[in-house]
Amino acid sequence: MHISVKCFATLAKHTPAGADRYEVADGATVADVVAALGVAPAEVKIVFVDGVAAALDAVVPDGGRVGIFPAVGGG
Amino acid sequence: MSRLLRIDTNKRTFAFADMGAYAGLGGRALTSRLILEEVPALSHPLGASNKLVAAAGILTGTAAANSGRISLGAKSPLTGGIKESNSGGLFSQKMAKLGIQAMVFEDKPEDSAAPVVVVVKADGVSIVEAPELAGLGTYATSEKLLAAYGSRAAIMLIGPAGETCRLAASVQFTDPKGRPARAAGRGGLGAVMGSKKIKAVVVDDTGATGVPVADKDAFKAANKRWVEILGSHPVTSQGLPGFGTSILVNIINEAGALPTKNFRLGRFDQVADISGEKMVELMQARGGKPKEGCHPGCVIQCSQTFVDDKGGYLSSGLEYETVWAFGANCLINDIDDIARMDHACDDLGLDTIDMGNAVAVAMDGGIIPWGDSKAALELLHRVGDPKDSLGRIMGNGAKFAGQAFGVTRVAEVKGQALPAYDPRAVKGVGVTYATTPMGADHTAGYAVCQNILKCGGDVNPMTKAGQVELSKNLQIATAAIDAVGFCLFVAFAVLDTADAVQVMSDQIAAVTGKKFGPEDFLALGVNTLKDEIAFNTKAGFTKEHDQLPEFFAEPLAPHNTTWDFTPEELQGAKVS
Ligand code: SF4
Repeated sequence: MHISVKCFATLAKHTPAGADRYEVADGATVADVVAALGVAPAEVKIVFVDGVAAALDAVVPDGGRVGIFPAVGGG
Repeated sequence: MSRLLRIDTNKRTFAFADMGAYAGLGGRALTSRLILEEVPALSHPLGASNKLVAAAGILTGTAAANSGRISLGAKSPLTGGIKESNSGGLFSQKMAKLGIQAMVFEDKPEDSAAPVVVVVKADGVSIVEAPELAGLGTYATSEKLLAAYGSRAAIMLIGPAGETCRLAASVQFTDPKGRPARAAGRGGLGAVMGSKKIKAVVVDDTGATGVPVADKDAFKAANKRWVEILGSHPVTSQGLPGFGTSILVNIINEAGALPTKNFRLGRFDQVADISGEKMVELMQARGGKPKEGCHPGCVIQCSQTFVDDKGGYLSSGLEYETVWAFGANCLINDIDDIARMDHACDDLGLDTIDMGNAVAVAMDGGIIPWGDSKAALELLHRVGDPKDSLGRIMGNGAKFAGQAFGVTRVAEVKGQALPAYDPRAVKGVGVTYATTPMGADHTAGYAVCQNILKCGGDVNPMTKAGQVELSKNLQIATAAIDAVGFCLFVAFAVLDTADAVQVMSDQIAAVTGKKFGPEDFLALGVNTLKDEIAFNTKAGFTKEHDQLPEFFAEPLAPHNTTWDFTPEELQGAKVS
C-alpha cells in the first residue's frame, strides 16, 4: 500500500523521495515506517496519523498521512 | 533597594517611591496589583486616570537564566479589562539594575502637547520634549535615540500607531543590537503610552549598582541547576534554538489546528513555504542568523535575524504567531512579504496578531483579495498616515475592522483577536482564550503543550475531558512565571522536570533572602489572577464575556470538531 509520510525539524532529512506516495507493506505500523526511514525511535516524540497523535504500534491505514516529529515547542 | 519611579506625564515631573505595599512583587504580579489598586476600573483607558506600568520581574537583573522579560500593565483600550503584555529586549534588566522595580506613568497632558522622551540613568531622570520624533517609525526613532544617548541604552517606545492611540498599538523594545523588534504587542498598550505623550523611554545602566543577591552561594547553586534544566530539555536546547518558534507551523498544521482563511480550515496547503524549516534554509542561504537571544542571559535563543533575498535586514523577531497571522490566516505563502509585514508592524508599533486577523477580516470584507501579500502590506503601511481613514480603521485591530467592514466572522474574545491555534482542534487553549482576564491570549495558559506537543502531559486536543482543569493550572503557573520575569518558553522544560518549581523558588529565596517555596510560587500565580479577575469584575465583565464567537460552532476540517463548551463549564478554569 502507499502512504504519504513527512519528517520535520531535526528529522527532516529522513523524508523520503516521493513522500506523497511512499510504499509500505500492508498492515505496517508507525514503528515500521519509522524504522524504514532510518529514524532512531528515541528521537521521535510525536507521530501524527491523519492528524491524530498515534502510538508506535498503531497500524497505518492505506493512503494514510503520517507526520513524524522530534520534540518541538514554541508559541 | 528596589523602588518605583513614578512619572507625572502632565506636570512632567518624577518621584521615586518605596515599594510600600507592593514590596516583594515583580513583573505581572506587580503590574496587575498596582492597576487594581490605583486605576479606577470604570475609567477610560486613554484618560488621565489610567496608568501605564512597566515592571521588571522578581529575578530580572540577576544572573538567573532567561529572567530578563518585562511586564507592561494598564487598563486595556482594546479589551476594556486589565492587561499584562510581556516582552523581551534589554530594557527590563537595565531598569532593574538601576534599582527600579517598575516605572509608573500617570495622568496625561493636553492633546496638543509635544511628545517627550524620558531618560533614566544612574545619576538622574530627565523628561525631554521631542517634537522632532513625532510620527516617526520605531526604527528611525531608536536609531536617533541611540545616537544621542549612546549604544549602552535600551529603549521602550511607540510608533505612529501608538501616537494616534490606535487600539492595536504595541509598545516596542530594543534588542541587543538596538533594533526595536521586541514587542509588548497585545491589548493596545501603545495607545495608553501615546495618550500620555510618551514617545520613548531611554534607560542606561552605566554606573548602576545592580540587583543585590542576599545569598550568593545558594543563588549560584540554584542557577547552575536552572541552566542545566533548560540546557537538557530537547525543546529549549534544540527545537527553539534550531528553528525558532516557527518550528510550530508544520506540527500545528499536521494536527489540523492551523487557522486558515480566517479560521475556516485547519490546514494550509502551502504550509511548506512558511515553515520554520523553510525560514532556516533561507537564512542560511542568504546570510541571516537563525539563532539569537532577545536579551543577555537567554540560554534558549529562539530569535533570529531574518533577511531578504539581497541580505537586507527584515526582522529579528519573526515569530510563529506572526508568520501564521499574515500567512495561513490570510492565505499568503510569501515568507518575505510576511517578514515585511512583521517589519511594518514593528516600525509602526502594531500588534502582529491583531493586525493579521484584521487583514484577514479585510479580505473577508472584500477590501483586498485573499492571498494578496502586496495589498496586505500596503494596507498596513496606511496605518502610518494619520489622515488615512482606512489606515485608522485597520490600526484599531480585528474587531473594529469587522465592525467597519460589516464582517461578522471575527475571531476575538473580549475584543482581542485569537492567536494561531484553532480552539476547535486544540480545546485546552480555547478554554484559555475564553477565560483568561486578558482576552484571547495563548500565552496565558498554553495548553498546546499537553494537547499537541506532549510536553508536561498528554490530553486529547479534540475532546472536552480535562481541558478546563488543564487551562486553570497553566494559567496559574504562567502568571507566576510572568511575575518572576522568566521567558515563558522556560515552561517547556519546567513542565517536564520534577525539581524545576523548587529550583525557581530557590532562586527567588536566594535573591530576596526570604523563605520562598513552591507553595509561594503557586500563590504568586493565584493571587495575580485574583487581582486581574477582581479588576475585570469591577470593570463590568461577567461570565457571558468568557465565550468564543459563535462561528466556532461550525465544524473545522479535517477533524470536523466544533467548539462545544458552555459558559458555565468554562467558569471552572478561573481561580476563585
Ligand atoms: S527564548 Fe526567545 S523570547 Fe525567550 S528570552 Fe530567549 S530569545 Fe527571548
